[in-house]
Amino acid sequence: MKEKKSNIKSLPDDFGLDISKPSKDKYVLRLYVTGSTNRSFSAISNLKKICEEYLEGRYELEVIDLYQKPGLAKGDQIIAAPTLLKKLPLPFRRIIGDMSNKEKVLVGLDLREQ
Amino acid sequence: MEKKAINTLPKTPTGIEGFDEITFGGLPTGRPTLICGGAGCGKTLFAMEFLVRGATQFDEPGVFMSFEETKEELVSNVASLGFDLEDLIQKKKIALDHVHIERSEIEETGEYDLEGLFIRLEYAIDSIGAKRVVLDTIESLFAGLPNQLILRAELRRLFRWLKNKGVTALITGERGDGTLTRQGLEEYVSDCVIFLDHRVTEQTSTRRLRVVKYRGTVHGTNEYPFLIDEDGFSVLPVTSLGLRHVVSNDRISSGIPALDKMLEGEGYYRGSTILVSGTAGVGKTSMAAHFAEAACKRGERVLYFCFEESPNQLMRNMLSIGIDLGNWQQKGLLQFQATRPTFYGLEMHLAVTHKTVKAFKPDIVIFDPINTFAANDTEIEVKAMLMRIVDFLKANQITAMFTSLTSNRCVADSSDIGLSSLIDTYIMLRNIEFNGERNRGLYVLKSRGMANSNQIREFILTDKGVELREVYIGAKGVLTGSARIAQEASEYAELLIHQKDIERRKHEIVLKRKALEAQIDALQADFESVESEAIELIEMEQDKIERLKRNKAEMAKSRRVEIEDITSNNLKI
Repeated sequence: MKEKKSNIKSLPDDFGLDISKPSKDKYVLRLYVTGSTNRSFSAISNLKKICEEYLEGRYELEVIDLYQKPGLAKGDQIIAAPTLLKKLPLPFRRIIGDMSNKEKVLVGLDLREQ
Repeated sequence: MEKKAINTLPKTPTGIEGFDEITFGGLPTGRPTLICGGAGCGKTLFAMEFLVRGATQFDEPGVFMSFEETKEELVSNVASLGFDLEDLIQKKKIALDHVHIERSEIEETGEYDLEGLFIRLEYAIDSIGAKRVVLDTIESLFAGLPNQLILRAELRRLFRWLKNKGVTALITGERGDGTLTRQGLEEYVSDCVIFLDHRVTEQTSTRRLRVVKYRGTVHGTNEYPFLIDEDGFSVLPVTSLGLRHVVSNDRISSGIPALDKMLEGEGYYRGSTILVSGTAGVGKTSMAAHFAEAACKRGERVLYFCFEESPNQLMRNMLSIGIDLGNWQQKGLLQFQATRPTFYGLEMHLAVTHKTVKAFKPDIVIFDPINTFAANDTEIEVKAMLMRIVDFLKANQITAMFTSLTSNRCVADSSDIGLSSLIDTYIMLRNIEFNGERNRGLYVLKSRGMANSNQIREFILTDKGVELREVYIGAKGVLTGSARIAQEASEYAELLIHQKDIERRKHEIVLKRKALEAQIDALQADFESVESEAIELIEMEQDKIERLKRNKAEMAKSRRVEIEDITSNNLKI
């Protein structure tokens, strides 16, 4: 449902044009990692690179170590680690993994059509 | 029970009725257990009851991690079983965590693990100091996460982690096609596997539970029927009882004095199983009612299962033979349980019996009649069920009376669903058709452990209850009813004749004696008269002699002659 809604929204904006200007909305992101593992570090660095490249100046990224704040896992429905939550703009998305697959991260962030 | 000593595997009691008995203590402590079965078989409920009972009865807090139902759904679902989940959550006895996975929200972008789930679980466990964990149904993860390889590796790690954590975990799994679970969870959880089943045979459904495997311990391997009702889950471990009942030497009256007399004058043994079998309308229920009434009079509790009549009808009918069961029902000593045998399956009957007996705690249980079960199930199953009931009742020292309807033909053998071997006291009621009428006969076919009478008695229903009469056994065979009465009357008549005869003879003798005595009197009188005549004559003659003497003396005086010689020598009287 949510996906459909987004498609309809994006239609009048820039029909058929890929990367040009997907949205000017502000991105609110939250990345959950589990301790200082290699996977955590690669997830953080991969994500930062993508954000700088595509969302420069219009994103907010919060990195949370689940070991430090285990109580948050329940509320945010975290099961996998690392997990990136795209809280805004809608639709809500969770992107799991070490963010090494850039194309998939972009799809997850609605920066690229599938 | 001796097994417990050898068995070193620590176990965690579930508190679920019957389950701890068949597993000899419960689930393996500190290890994960898999509980699997088809949809709607009661997995979630079993798991929830495990937690709730743990929290309330054993002071072991628990975490419920749900992958399907939300917290609200769970709370309201189990509220119908009398569990106040909200309250337990507030008291930190139970932690609920609903894991929600929406496939459409998720994008995989490389390697990951399920550490988030572990942290979440650990957090929940530590927050309340949980000893028990339920994961319901973890297989939902397979639908939410695309990478099966990661998932399987992580699950393996999860179960190991749970073991290290030392919590007693219960993992539910949906039954797969030809496998216990859809995703083969049994590969990971291999310490204890429980299988729940919900089967429909002949339009009646039965839930069953089986312990498929339980590493390092003995356990019952049968399929055990179980119930889910307003008190939660109850498994029926009746077959695990075996033949180790405690026996009683106590005797209880059958309620019919003459029948007690046939049983060594004391009646049945307490805790024995009695079968009253007979053809239609022969008085089986009346005997059961007598038994029930006698028990109530002793202040004992009676549970009466009626499968053919409604309690009200039964009470009305029994009033006609002077037994007021309603009175005892009001006093709470008698409870009726009326259901049609076809209402549910055999196991369910067994389960209901089990439950009602446990709740009412009767001294005597009556099943009237049992063979209606055979109508919808095969005999072997009926026998198995009755065996379980008998075992269960015997173990609890409850005296059971079954009534059984037999066809008129093969009276003793084909009847009664091959039950005879289970029965301690077997009473046969049969119709004796003779002389244009049908009468009832009663005999004790067998009665274990007592010298029972071998006699057939006539069984008569009167407005004061059942009476047993001696039947007439003579040259014409066994006579009952009017034939017996006629026979008795003719015997009485004969007796009268004999008595009259004796009287008559006695009378004759009296008369004879009287006649004889009269004769004697007459003779005596004769003799007396003769005698007195003779005496008179003698006296007269003596007078004559005296006179002669005097005359002679006077003559001699006048002639002066001595005459003394004559009188003294010649005349002697």
